[in-house]
Amino acid sequence: MFAPGESRLNLARLRVLDKLIKSRWPLLLARSITLAGFVFTILVGLLGSPVGSHNFAIIFVWIAWWTALKLFFIPLGGRSWCSVCPLPMPGEWLQNGSLLTKAQKSIGLGMRWPRRLRGNWLASGLFLLIGIFSALTLTDARLTAWILLGLLGTAMLLSLIFERRAFCSYVCPIGGFTGIYAKTAPLEVRVIDSDICKSHAEKTCYTHCPWGVYPLAMRDSSQCGLCMECLRVCTYDNISLNLRPFGSDLGQTNSITRLDETLLALVMLSSALSFSAVFIGPWGWLKSAAYDVGSTAWWAYTGAYLALSLLVLPGLYTLAVWWSQKTGQAKAPFKRLLADYSQALLPLGLFTWIAFTIDFAFPKFSYVLQVLSDPFGWGWNLVGTSGVSLPSALLGAAPVLQVGAVVVGLFWSANLSQRLVAKQVQPARARRAILPLAGFSLLFSLTMLLLLLG
Amino acid sequence: MREKLARWIVILLLLVTVMGVAAAWKARSDEGILHARLPEHGGWIPGDLRATVGQPLTIRMTSDDVTHSFAVGQMDMQAVNINPGEMSEVTLNFDRPGKYTFYCTRWCGADHWRMRGTIEVSGAGMEEPVKYEPPLYLRLGLDIDAEHHAQFLPSQEPSAARGARLEHRLPQQYTSWEYYISHSPSSAWQELRNDRSLSDLSDAELWDLAAYAWAQHSPPEAVQTGAGLYKENCAACHGETGDGEGVFANELAGDTHALDGHATTTPTDFSDEEHMLGAAPAVLHGKIIRGGMGTGMPYWGPIFTDEQVWALVSYLWTYQFNFSMEVTQ
Repeated sequence: MFAPGESRLNLARLRVLDKLIKSRWPLLLARSITLAGFVFTILVGLLGSPVGSHNFAIIFVWIAWWTALKLFFIPLGGRSWCSVCPLPMPGEWLQNGSLLTKAQKSIGLGMRWPRRLRGNWLASGLFLLIGIFSALTLTDARLTAWILLGLLGTAMLLSLIFERRAFCSYVCPIGGFTGIYAKTAPLEVRVIDSDICKSHAEKTCYTHCPWGVYPLAMRDSSQCGLCMECLRVCTYDNISLNLRPFGSDLGQTNSITRLDETLLALVMLSSALSFSAVFIGPWGWLKSAAYDVGSTAWWAYTGAYLALSLLVLPGLYTLAVWWSQKTGQAKAPFKRLLADYSQALLPLGLFTWIAFTIDFAFPKFSYVLQVLSDPFGWGWNLVGTSGVSLPSALLGAAPVLQVGAVVVGLFWSANLSQRLVAKQVQPARARRAILPLAGFSLLFSLTMLLLLLG
Repeated sequence: MREKLARWIVILLLLVTVMGVAAAWKARSDEGILHARLPEHGGWIPGDLRATVGQPLTIRMTSDDVTHSFAVGQMDMQAVNINPGEMSEVTLNFDRPGKYTFYCTRWCGADHWRMRGTIEVSGAGMEEPVKYEPPLYLRLGLDIDAEHHAQFLPSQEPSAARGARLEHRLPQQYTSWEYYISHSPSSAWQELRNDRSLSDLSDAELWDLAAYAWAQHSPPEAVQTGAGLYKENCAACHGETGDGEGVFANELAGDTHALDGHATTTPTDFSDEEHMLGAAPAVLHGKIIRGGMGTGMPYWGPIFTDEQVWALVSYLWTYQFNFSMEVTQ
């Protein structure tokens, strides 16, 4: 949609923003509040009403936060949620021995993350694991609380064993897809003048980066958690926070093959299909199967979900890439093409998830107001909104928005495929080589529309 | 210094959160709240309530899973819906002491029937509690668990209207209440057949007379009341048409908990004439109030009034007899 290298607006140059970014306090305050909110959510999940629609934990995690993440944080800010996410905070406090700066003394082994486990493999696996239990998780406040507690515990444990934010970079199921979709977002942290960095021996940006990212080497925004620490510590004020065109990271041919990102992009597509079928589709037996953990029907659902995620969609995608390579006579190795072309799955996936979220969450917004007044589901009415229900007229716009989102995702994806193919094959063959890839996106989008509107 | 401030902020926010939740937990007045859950997840919690005669008992109720409904057996009251996560309220007045049974009136699940609780009402009432009287089937010495197969069956559906035309031939003892409750239609027919004064009547005509005799104790209002009660309370297992194929029938048939006391069997088919025509009304009455041992059939004694139980028995006969007073043939 936009070619890279277009104009950027350095937000750090704006005086007000500059002060907010350079001070560590605003982010610390924001994270303290989200940490308190996180603890509150866990406690309410454990102590409050077992009825999901009346428990703050269910409504705030799976309706409010999830919607905010999919409709606001990721599309507009990429990994912006990661910058205020409380999950790594307690562990990092122990790891660094400090909340504000890195102290000299710290507890923790500070080991390097194993090379074999790098990338998004674990995050994909964990997302599939949550997906398998999704019907139960989304309705069971206790389970939701235990999952949140489990994530917090894992993050703390990994902070004590490994260096930096190992949990966020390689394990967090949310961080995984937030990272790959961040490539589409109009926000980035980048070096201003690379020559200055090359001659700067201390590399303060890298040594201070909790994510272990060296800004100069950043090829895209997937690993940058937007904590802005590099902007604060750069001796030369050589790092910018840019407003950029959407999708600026996409369309490049990469020098390394990242099949982990390809798999995660496919898992996100298959999960959008599965969740739409379970939560939005009209099939009661499917809902029961997904809900009835341990039953034969649930095993069948699990098998189908895993087969779709790990065999069917990857198989179809591989077939499309193989076909495209054959018709276009692309020179690059097949694996490289698999990885490169999968960038087109990102806008497709992101907009599909936006469409799903609109359908899934919009009708439930009344609950958000209700649990604000009665977070525990104990029949309270603290702020007078426990009986409020939003006008259904708002819902009338939902189908239009969903179709719009899927169509935008499809066109963006097809356009991206075109640019990616153009880099690999002769112009005369490009048109035919795009067809299998665009066909895959079209088939996926039509299936999704059928599930959402059918 | 700045680090200390940062730590204080984080700790303070966490403390406020935890203390806030603790305060909320303490302020929660859960006592007096009746929780409704599917029987397999606890049923009514608490299941035993107490009240005093003359003092209104207000119960706040909430459901922890699906929609339930609250009613007290043998009490003239509108059932109160209990929706998940919402509060419902009901105020009850008791004018005589005793043990009352409250129950769920919604088909919440296959175990719905087990969803019952009791209210122990103490104090002196306007009326003394009803003295214990053994149930009818015990007084009559009937074994309601014994097999009861009709020895004789009609060739067509017996009609009370056709029987009415032969009313003058029917000896009076057959229409008495005492005779009705203690005889199965099949045994009544057998006695009619053995009656020499009726030897000129055909088998079918005698069945019509039996239907007429049974209709005397099944007036249309009773049948209508029975039909309503059946639809609300029995059809889930026994089926809307009485054929034993209700929505929960399969689950009951598939149960194999014979040894743990929760065994269930296929619900009775009321259209099965061999089974029904061999049963005396008092046997059906007894089965309804006591329930079926080891079959999954719940007891309704504390819930239905005696009048309601007899109305149900009357309704059950409509699966065998045509009580309509219009002659069709």
